[in-house]
Formats: sequence, C-alpha cells, structure tokens
Amino acid sequence: MSEIMNEAEAYKGYRGITLEVLKKFNALVWSEIDVETIDGSKYSGLILPRSETADANHIVIKMATGYNIGVRAEKVASIVVNGRKVAHYKIPEKAFPYDKGKPRVKLFGTGGTIASRLDYRTGAVIPAFSPGELYGSVPELADYCNLETEKLYGVFSENMGPEQYIGTAKAIAKEIEQGVEGIVIGHGTDTMHHTAAILSFMIQNSPVPIVMVGSQRSSDRPSSDAALNLIHSVKTAAESNLAEIMVCMFGPTSDMYGLLHRGTRVRKMHSSYRSTFRTLGDIPLAMVDKNKITPLRQDYKKRRTDKEFKILPYFEEKVGIVYYYPNMQPDMINSMVDNGYRGIVIAGTGLGHVNKPLYPALKYAQDKGVAVYMTVQTLWGYVQMYVYDTGRDMMELGVVPTANMLPEVAYMKLCWALGQTDNLEEVKRIMLTPVAGEITEREPSNGYLIYQGGIPEVEEFISKFRK
Amino acid sequence: MSKFIFKPYEEMTPEDYATIGFKSGLEVHQQLLTEKKLFCNCPAGHYQDKYNAEILRHMRPTLSELGEYDGTALMEFKTKKDIIYRINYDTVCTYEMDDTPPFQINEQALDIALEVGMLFNGYIVDELHIARKQYLDGSIPTGFQRTAITAVGGHIPYKDRTINLIQMSIEEDSCRETSDIGHKRIYKTDRLGMPLIETVTYPEMKTPDEVAEVNNILRELVRSTGKVRTGIGAGRQDVNVSVEGGTRIEIKGVPNIKRIPLLCYNEAMRQWNLLRLREELHARGINGETFNANYTDVTKLLRKTAYQPIHNAIIQGMKVNCVLLKGWNGLMNWQTQTDTYFSKEISDRVRVIACLTTLPNIIHSDRWSETIAAADWKNLRKVMNATKDDALIIVWGADDDAEMGAKEIIIRAKEATIGIPSETRQAHWDGTNGFERILPGPERMYPDTDLPPKPISDERKNRIRSQMPERIWDRTKRYLEIGVPSDIVRDLRISKLANLFDKVVNELNISPKFASVALIQFPKRLKKMRLSTIALTEEVYFNIFKLITDNKISHASVFPIMKKIAETGIFSEEYIINLKKEEELIKVIERTKLIFKDMKINKAEKRDDLFICFLMNELRGTADGSLIAKLAKEILNAEDK
Ligand SMILES: [Zn+2]
Repeated sequence: MSEIMNEAEAYKGYRGITLEVLKKFNALVWSEIDVETIDGSKYSGLILPRSETADANHIVIKMATGYNIGVRAEKVASIVVNGRKVAHYKIPEKAFPYDKGKPRVKLFGTGGTIASRLDYRTGAVIPAFSPGELYGSVPELADYCNLETEKLYGVFSENMGPEQYIGTAKAIAKEIEQGVEGIVIGHGTDTMHHTAAILSFMIQNSPVPIVMVGSQRSSDRPSSDAALNLIHSVKTAAESNLAEIMVCMFGPTSDMYGLLHRGTRVRKMHSSYRSTFRTLGDIPLAMVDKNKITPLRQDYKKRRTDKEFKILPYFEEKVGIVYYYPNMQPDMINSMVDNGYRGIVIAGTGLGHVNKPLYPALKYAQDKGVAVYMTVQTLWGYVQMYVYDTGRDMMELGVVPTANMLPEVAYMKLCWALGQTDNLEEVKRIMLTPVAGEITEREPSNGYLIYQGGIPEVEEFISKFRK
Repeated sequence: MSKFIFKPYEEMTPEDYATIGFKSGLEVHQQLLTEKKLFCNCPAGHYQDKYNAEILRHMRPTLSELGEYDGTALMEFKTKKDIIYRINYDTVCTYEMDDTPPFQINEQALDIALEVGMLFNGYIVDELHIARKQYLDGSIPTGFQRTAITAVGGHIPYKDRTINLIQMSIEEDSCRETSDIGHKRIYKTDRLGMPLIETVTYPEMKTPDEVAEVNNILRELVRSTGKVRTGIGAGRQDVNVSVEGGTRIEIKGVPNIKRIPLLCYNEAMRQWNLLRLREELHARGINGETFNANYTDVTKLLRKTAYQPIHNAIIQGMKVNCVLLKGWNGLMNWQTQTDTYFSKEISDRVRVIACLTTLPNIIHSDRWSETIAAADWKNLRKVMNATKDDALIIVWGADDDAEMGAKEIIIRAKEATIGIPSETRQAHWDGTNGFERILPGPERMYPDTDLPPKPISDERKNRIRSQMPERIWDRTKRYLEIGVPSDIVRDLRISKLANLFDKVVNELNISPKFASVALIQFPKRLKKMRLSTIALTEEVYFNIFKLITDNKISHASVFPIMKKIAETGIFSEEYIINLKKEEELIKVIERTKLIFKDMKINKAEKRDDLFICFLMNELRGTADGSLIAKLAKEILNAEDK
C-alpha cells in the first residue's frame, strides 16, 4: 500500500502512457531533465506534477524562463535526468505582532480564497492560512487588532451545509463567551449569503460584530480583492459599533471601499464581478475603508460589553426551494412531498404566483402537513397574495406569504424553524417574526436601484465616480 | 578589467565592442492581425482616446508557483501607486478589467503564432500552458499578463552564421500609459488584451549595429506572413545588453529599430562606467562591508533656504532628508552615459520608488552651486558630521516619500559597490536610458488556473505547415534569380501581395520585373499623389494583369488604370474602352504632328495653339475637345523636355 502511495507521490498526477514513459526513464516529478522527441524537438526543464483533470498524454515541463509547456508522452525518445529541485510553496510566515492596546479579533476559516495556494493535483487554488501567513501577506492587519485564527473547515462554499452551519455557530458562541471583540469568517463567495442568513438566525443578539468575508479574485493574483476585503472586515470586527452579522465585500469594482451588508438582506448578484454583493430591498448598513467606517443608517444593533446573546443551532434538512416557471407540473411538488420533505419555499412569479394546475399539488402538501412558503423571484418587493384571487386561493391551500424575505433567506429560516418544532402554527409564528431584518415593515425607494447603463445621467454619474 | 575608455559613438569599432565583451539579445513583440482580442470578444486594434469611465486598482505582490516572492513585485509594492484605468465601453469589457474570467484563447491568433514559430524553425509545443506573468506596475489590470509558449528554440540565418532563438510566446498586450505623476498612474485600456507574439533570441549579437540588423530580419519575417499588424506601436522590442562583468539589462519598449544602436552603445557605456566606478570605490576602500551611509531630517535647518524646490516643499509641510555617503566625494558626477552622470541613477530610483516625480528630486554636494546657499551646505556638513571626502544628497517630499527616497538613495549607492543591479530601463529620445524597475526573474511566472492546458494536435500543426509562406531569405534569393529589381525585393518579400505576385507571374505569364514594379512601385506612386489604394484589391490587380495577358491593354496602360481606380474607388470596363480611345487618339495626334511640322507658321510663339486648332478641325466629332487639347498638350510638353 505504501509503495503505491509513494509511486503516486513520485509521479504525482501522471497516469497511463505518461506514467509509463516517466518510469521508463526513471524521471520523477521535480526532476531536472533534457527531453528529446522522435520528431527532433528538444526541451529542458523541471518536471511538474500533472493536474488530475488534465489528459493523460502530456508531461509538464517548467523551463528556465519560468514558462510551462506540455510534451506528448508518445513522442518522447529520451529523457536525461540531470538533477532535482522540489518546490516548497509557502506563504512567508511572520509572527503576528501582539499589541495589548488593540482588540482581540478571531478569524474563522471555512474555505474560500481569502488566502490560498495552488493545488498541483487539480491546478486550482486551495485555501491555506494562519495568523503568521496572513501577516506575511497582509501586514496591514496588525494595525487594527491582535488576530487569532482557527480553521473550522476547508471546503468550497458550495460544500457548506448544516454540519458546518451548526459548527460555525457554536465556534462563534464560544468566542463570544471568551470575550472576543469581533469575529471574521472567511468564506467562499458563492453561498456566503446563505451562511450569513442562517448564522443570523442561529446567533441572535450578538454583542460584537460578526463579519463574513471572501474574495472574488483569488489572493494568488496581484489584483485580488482578498487583501482589501480582509482589511475591511478586520477593521469592522475590531473597531465598528455594528453588532450584527454582516457580509463585507467590495462596494464598487474599484479598490475604494467595502460595504457592510446585513446578513439577511444580502445576495451575490454577479458571477464574477468584485462588487457582486448587494443589499436588496434596503440600503447597506455602512461603508468601510482602511481609515474609517461610515454608517449609512442608524437602526443597527450596537456593540455591547455583556454576553447576553442566544445560540439556536437548529436545522431541518428536509426542506427544498422551488423556482416556479410557467408550465411547471404538479409532480414537482408531489415528488417532494412523497420524498418526505417537511418544508417547501416557492420563488413565485410577480407578487408570488404559481399556475392553477399546481393547486392540487399544493393541496396535497397541505394535507401531508408540509409547510409551504411563498417568496418572489423578482427578488425585490413584497409577496402580495391578496391582490389577485389566485393569491387568495393559494393561501386557502396553506401557502404562507413571507413578505419581503429573499428566497434563500426564507429557505434558511424554514430549515431553522422546522429544526425547532413540528408544530406548523409555531413554524409560521417563527417564520413571520423578524429576527434580524429578514422581513422589513417598509421598503425605502432607494432600496431598489438598478442603474441602466447608456442613460445619459447614469453615464454622467459613472464617469464622475469610479465604479 | 581592461583599461578601455569609451569613445564617441561614431568611433567605436567592432573590435572595441569585442574588448568590452558586448553582448545583446532581443525580445521582439509583434501584434497579430486578428479581428478580436486574445481572451475575450472585444474588437482588436480600435484605438480611442475617449473614455466612459475610470476604475481604480492597487497591485499586491503574490507568491510564485515555486513559492517565492518576485523582487520586482516587492519593489512595486513599495511604491504604492493608485492605478487608474480609463475604459471605453466599445473596446473593453469586464474581462480586461478583471471582473470576468478569460474566454477560450483566440484560435486565429494561435494559428498565426504557430505559423511564425514554424517560420523560425522552432519546436512547436504539444500542449499550450497559459501562464500568468506578473506585472505590478499596473499595465495590466489583473496584475499579470496571460502568456503561453508556442515554440521553443529556432534560428535564423544572419551574415555567415545563425542567430539562435530561445522561445516564442503568444500573449495579451498591455495598457498604454497616459501619465505617471506622484502616486497616481493613468492608463488607457484600448490596446489591452490584443494578441501579440514575443520572439526571444539568445544574446548572440556582438555590436549595436548587429542588433538592429537582426531585429530587421525578425520583423520582416513575421510581416511576410501578412497576418500581423503594421504601423506605430504594432511592433516593439526589448533589447537586452550586457558587457563583460556586467549584468543583463533590458531596455524596454523600443518602438523604432533605427534607434537601437545608439541605445545599445549608451547602455554598454553605462555598464562599463559603473564597473569602473566600482573599481574607484574599491580603491577608496568602499565595498559592500565597509559601505557607510546614513540620513537625517534637515527640514528645520533648511527652513529659510531660498532654493525654490526645497523652499516650496517646506512651505507645503513636506520633509527634507539629507543622506551622507561616506567617502563618496565627487562620485555623483561620475559619467555613466552620454551627458549623464551617476546622480541620474540616484534621481531615477527616487522618482520611481519614492514617487517623487517632479524634477529635480535630489540635489547633491558634487554640484552644489545654484542650489542651496554655500552656508547651508556648510551647516549641513557640520550636522551630518561630513568631511570633504564625503558626499551629501538632499531629497524632499511628503513624509513617507522623503523617507523612502533617502532609503532608496542608500540602497542604490550601496549597489554601486557590488556591481550593476538587474533592471529594466526605459529608452530616452536622446539614446540614453533611465531606470524603470528591477528586472523580474522567472519567479514571476504562475500557471493560469482559469484556463486548462490546451493540446495542439499534429493535424493542426500539419495544416499550418502546409500553408506556411516561403521564408524571406529563400524568397529574396528566388526573386533576384527571376529578375525582380533588387530595390524592390526588400519590399516585395514582406508585402501582403507577395502571393499575388507569384500567381500573376506563374498563371498569367507576366514578367517578374513588371509585376513587381506594378505591385510595389505603382501603389507608392499613387500614395504620393495622395490617392487611396484601398480599392486595389488582390482581385482587381489580378484582373488588370489578366487584361495584359488577354492583349486587351498594353503594359503602359496599367498605371493609368490603377490611377483611375484609385480616384474613383471602383474598377470599370469603361476605363479600358476610354483608354483604348486615348491610345488611338494619341496615334492620330502623333501622325498629325508630323504633317503639321512641315507647314509654314509665321508666328512661332502661336505654333502650339495653331496645332491644337488644326487638330480640332481634323478630329471634330470623333472625340471630346477637352480631351484632345489635354493629350495634345501632354505630347507637346514631352517634346519640349
Ligand atoms: Zn474584452
């Protein structure tokens, strides 16, 4: 067994014909070689490990100029091994300086690319961090706090789930008990708003800021937003008066300031932009840059010195979210009911609608005691089921409107509510009682702003302010 | 080290360059002629000064694949610049601004790069690995250039030897710098992301002239494909220069090959003189260990100075630092390049690293007049504990910048005791060069995790090889053999019409001499007449030559037809009919002239007018009067000459 492991390590990522050829010439990964092919090409360099997702036909060579190329294994005539040079990828580590005048901030790692390194097997970046490594790459962090780190998980954000939510909530609780002055959670960006939502329900009345942060451009690139996001989030955790669960990410695409979004009103809105996170149906809590935190509103929960917070780490996994589309067949809902789902959140059209043929399915769900909640796929605006008859019909069938809760937030809240009780009335009470701003009584008109490019006044604004 | 003293540029011989161990290699960049950019679908080659929006970014150094920080990267980070990109919606999308991952590589560009690699006799790689080459100056918003090796090795014939190539890569072009003042650098982004190839030679050129000659060959070879861009900025080169005992120095972005020799000369001189400076320092007992320098804040001491730059700085609340270099008296005036001295090495570093971009940014005790008062210098010497053997350098600016400036002065001075620092340098118009940044090493390469490796199939290689144009040195030989005039060969071998030339010679039996003149000289003549040759497409040319083969027109009619097409923008059968008429008319006029010659005319000065009247009478009704008059005048004028 160990022999196989060693071979896997010695010829990392190579298989099939490439492995045969390398073994034939005893050319291990990290060997410095001269290779000649049957058509007379000659290359010199270092054999690199092969990514597991790449094909099995090419040997990767790093040349003296730093460039990599691939040589087709079946064309290799000879390999001469001249030496060996193993790479040691390490972020330079420097002890994070301690300053007794600075607040203690805890950074939890769950994954994501806040700090990362290259994974040769996949050719992708994998997360890695310690206070020393972070200080080595973002020394500015020491200006704000005494930083401690703890790696909770090493997963990509799409792999975050109930176990991680509960574990993170408990880890946060423990830190608050121990008197931490602020918490930062490094997280992949794809599902950051899901985690922000569930943590907003699981940790209530926190006395300190809890800031979720990630990066849209991994920290292995000079233009990465990781360092600045990290600086913004650490500053917020250390110094701000905002004792809420927040997402801290770029405001504009420019390196200017971050926005602090309330954890229940935030959503990732672009697949790759830096300024992808937006507060929907409301305005963000504050702006943050290296030097200052500027609240945009006053109704946030203030920092306290007590430890009177609540931890409610509940989660029911049998809950689903259904994105309604015209022509949806009833069996979509029926199959969920038949598969034992206890809760369904529907993202309906317009004010919260589905078509009539679905009604029997909704009836079936109601009869089986499944909790069904309505949100809007327009993302902005309230569910209004009284406006049309169809809405009223649906309410008869047990569908509960969730005001202006975002679909993902309603989903997380329903998981959390059903995790606490089987009593549907109680679930309804929990769902409709705002805990952390997930339902607001009113929507200010600047809570819905999607600028349309091309319009003269918008263009004037853009050319005046770097966005 | 040899006692050789640099001579003026014109007097340097190849033997002199051999004495100093001159070596030079080239990195030739060439934009490819594609419709779209390399990694996105924006149009390529649309330059625009107008911009819609600005984006602000900063660059941070990252680790290389092998886990090292690049020296340049750290230096650039020291400089802390605000980088501002001006974007135009028509030429730039979210990819170039690093807000969208790359799209698949432009296949058309890759084909051209592979073709050029083959022309250079390089080994075409089996699998393309896209790398990220770090640039922290901000010239690319990602902080790196996406680049990939397409060919390794290769060679070209030169004189009686070959020049060997290291490699060729395909890469995306960078931004154009608009300004760089203080802590703010502004870039235009229209050129960003355009496909480019870079060809790198070994340092096998032995004189500055050889560098330019080899560069010309490389340039012509890529142009001979007809698939690269021409015009200002489409071809640029970095010139690597070293002398015996010196360091490889890269002179960046030289746009004009003619300027290369003088730039090489000055860089060789700079290195040679810096090596001599090191000898001088060692003779004074100053080396890496004994080097002694420090700096002090002298703002208070100079608060009453009348010297404007420092006076103004102090008024604005800035700081003045004085650096003491022990034992350095007189060495700020050590010559490095033509009319350039060691103080320039210092000033350059301060400008780039400390962002003190307003000149002068330093003054020094080796050239103290016209700066601060003699009494101030004397006070400074006292405060700094300096003897007459020491040198003082003063730098001023905002607190952090003045600190950085003083530190950098000490760093650069200490480097002089060790040798020549590895740098990239920018070309100046007078042929000298200035510091740009520390030369990056292979540590700045990093695999691009956004794009997987891309195999290049044998089928693809074979297809490109089968369509590859004849290499220019082979073409040159063949053209001369078949009788193309030698002054035309140079242009024809890199002309986009080279294929057409072969076609009309082979298929239409046009003489190589005439075909080459018509394809190369005639368009030049039209351009001189300020006529556009756009309408003269390959197809139109072919049709014109075919008229000759079909005996419809004579050789003499080719230029007039081309001119007519250039004037009207279209090709019409009517031109030939009219030309035919003109040819006939000319014959009649010539005949009439002979008759007219024998007639007696009383007033000699009226002779021409009478001749035209006579002609009109003869030809009335057969042709347009004004045309007859025009042709007659042309014939009479020709006679006078
Ligand atoms: Zn684009």
